[in-house]
Amino acid sequence: MILNFRIVRVLLRKEYLQIFRDKVMVRQMVMMPFVQLLVLSSAATFEVKTAQLYLVDRDHTAASRGLVDRLRASGRFRVVDASPSMELAGEALLKRDAGMILGIPAGFERDVVRTRSASVQLVFNAEDGALAGVTNSYAQQIIAAHSHELGATLRPMVVEAPLIEVRTRGWYNQELDYSDYMIPGILVQLLTLVGTLLTAMNIVREKELGTLEQLNVTPVPRGAFIAAKLIPLWTIALAEFAMGLVVASWVFGVPMRGSLILVFIAACIYLVVALGIGLWISTTVDTQQQAMFISFFVILIYLLMSGLFTPIRSMPQWAQWMAELNPVKHFIWIMRAVLLKGAGLNDVWRPLGILAVSGVVALTLAVRQYGKTAA
Amino acid sequence: MTATLRAFMIKEFRHILRDRQTLTILLLMPLVQVVLFGFALRSDVRDVRLVVVDPSPDHATLALRARFAAAGRFRIVAVTPSMQTVEIFFRRGEGDVAIAFDPAFAARLESAGPARLLLAVDASDPNTATTIQAYARTVITSYEAEIGAREGQPVRIVPEIRMRFNPTLESVNLFVPGLIALVLTLVSALMTAISLSREKERGTLEILLVSPLRPWQIIVGKVMPYLGLAFANVLTALLAAWLVFQVPFRGSLALLLAESLLYSTVSLSLGVLVASRTASQRVAMLVALLATMLPSALLSGMVFPVASMPPVLQWFSTIVPARWFIIIARGIMLKGVGLEYLWRETMVLGAMTMVLMTAAVRSFKPRVA
Repeated sequence: MILNFRIVRVLLRKEYLQIFRDKVMVRQMVMMPFVQLLVLSSAATFEVKTAQLYLVDRDHTAASRGLVDRLRASGRFRVVDASPSMELAGEALLKRDAGMILGIPAGFERDVVRTRSASVQLVFNAEDGALAGVTNSYAQQIIAAHSHELGATLRPMVVEAPLIEVRTRGWYNQELDYSDYMIPGILVQLLTLVGTLLTAMNIVREKELGTLEQLNVTPVPRGAFIAAKLIPLWTIALAEFAMGLVVASWVFGVPMRGSLILVFIAACIYLVVALGIGLWISTTVDTQQQAMFISFFVILIYLLMSGLFTPIRSMPQWAQWMAELNPVKHFIWIMRAVLLKGAGLNDVWRPLGILAVSGVVALTLAVRQYGKTAA
Repeated sequence: MTATLRAFMIKEFRHILRDRQTLTILLLMPLVQVVLFGFALRSDVRDVRLVVVDPSPDHATLALRARFAAAGRFRIVAVTPSMQTVEIFFRRGEGDVAIAFDPAFAARLESAGPARLLLAVDASDPNTATTIQAYARTVITSYEAEIGAREGQPVRIVPEIRMRFNPTLESVNLFVPGLIALVLTLVSALMTAISLSREKERGTLEILLVSPLRPWQIIVGKVMPYLGLAFANVLTALLAAWLVFQVPFRGSLALLLAESLLYSTVSLSLGVLVASRTASQRVAMLVALLATMLPSALLSGMVFPVASMPPVLQWFSTIVPARWFIIIARGIMLKGVGLEYLWRETMVLGAMTMVLMTAAVRSFKPRVA
């Protein structure tokens, strides 16, 4: 296939003009990275600030009050109501007035002093599973610390020195900042949306308006047409990516430990895959509505199975194998490894190779499919 | 219902039924989502790959290593004498956590001083890192407790944990209500917006406007078929959730369907509003995506709890209809409560419907600019 560069240049000019003429579209494209980064990075967290606690204290002793004070002092629990009735407490859970119940049975202090073991009840509103899980682990930690302290006050002579001293270190993300982890993935999602969705819509629009037919009867060769369609979106997506990286670094302080060149090379390759998929979708549909739906469907599955929100290694085996075929997964992996961990080419060559192969396959299939439908 | 309106609705239904591809996807989407969410999206951490850094192996380090290997969750992928290798394992994504023993671990353990070890976690994913840390600490603590069985027990407060409404914290139970909201948004808001703006783009809206149909009839006729489709989707999603995952359904189905209808109306009004304010399908789609899909997916508490968000977003989430619908759907499905507990949320949705509907009908100009 010999590309006639003059034709490609003219077509390219037309495409750029067409894209930038649509002011609403341009504004959307500029806004999208900001909105997504801002909203997603702060919304996508499981961290729990304060849990609303309903107290059922049937003991009313120094020990039970001590436990409640300790929970309260941690700043993670706020006592919203208290009564001696478990039924009322259950009612509060149903009404969502409280997120959890702490039940301290009568005889709590006596048990602590006599048998050195006492029990309390923790009931969570597990309607919000993630929240309940996190709150539970906080509560357990605080209760464990409290019982340790109680032991010390009851028997002050024994100094409990730990046998094993464990120092813990979280590498690459000392403060366990969730947005550091999410933002590279969100940028990938952005590239996918721009690359796949806009490509599919752009070509189908010409189809729907009937201008594709007109183009097909002009002497413009197929290759030139496809190149002229894909190159502008490719450059726009890369520009968005660059913009997103700047925002990530300046506004969110996401570390850029590895080579930015490597990230950009990966983005260039990944975009070929995304555009290829978009092109392929555009050949199979007739209307923009269909294009949007199919892209949406494909992107959704890709994103959900990419490890963006939930770790791939928690998935069942069949899903993990499926994920190997998912270009989004590989690119997210590269982004996180390079940006957060400073991985170099020798760490990421494998996923990069998979991306390159997928790019070639996707583009070839799409172009062949395009040829078939155009004929 | 007048005959013209009926004819118009039949035409709209035919439009939808004729487009097999979109229809298939629309009907398939909730099923695929339920299955994906149910099977694949888990955030529990299994199969943790452990790198052991043991410069001078002795009986204590070997015992602790055996403890990790026997714990079930950990898989030792490498034993090395130096910390340098850990970095490579982490960077390639072949290791999740490393324990590094200080030299003379056993000797320290038997003499007075504490034996030291370093627990290094790949914290690039903070959620997973925290969980792994907790697992590793449990293993170490239980080993410590065993070797250090001193006289006299420490005080123990044993919490009895009960997770009400979802005892196993099964994620699919939580996702299904959210999923229904998402599907309803997609079908009602997005489809309506696109379908209306398509008529606009092609100029057929003009033809409709000069027909004897009143503007409200055009809107109703456009909207009804999608309402039907949305309903079919709710039913398939519920059916899949119930058949495949045995998601509990404790409350009244009739109430849930009625609330779904209410929520669909909110979304449809939003869709009409978007369509009447935009000029082309592309823009309508982008705006609908930004204004309905993203908030419904992210700010509704479907995946990420609203209580964890910064105050600005929490405030913003109160104007996201999906947030209220998810509270309602979870209440009905998981808690089995009725209107006596959910009237507030229902009122909010009702008020939203009024406002949006008025705005939509107002901005739907019976003139072509």
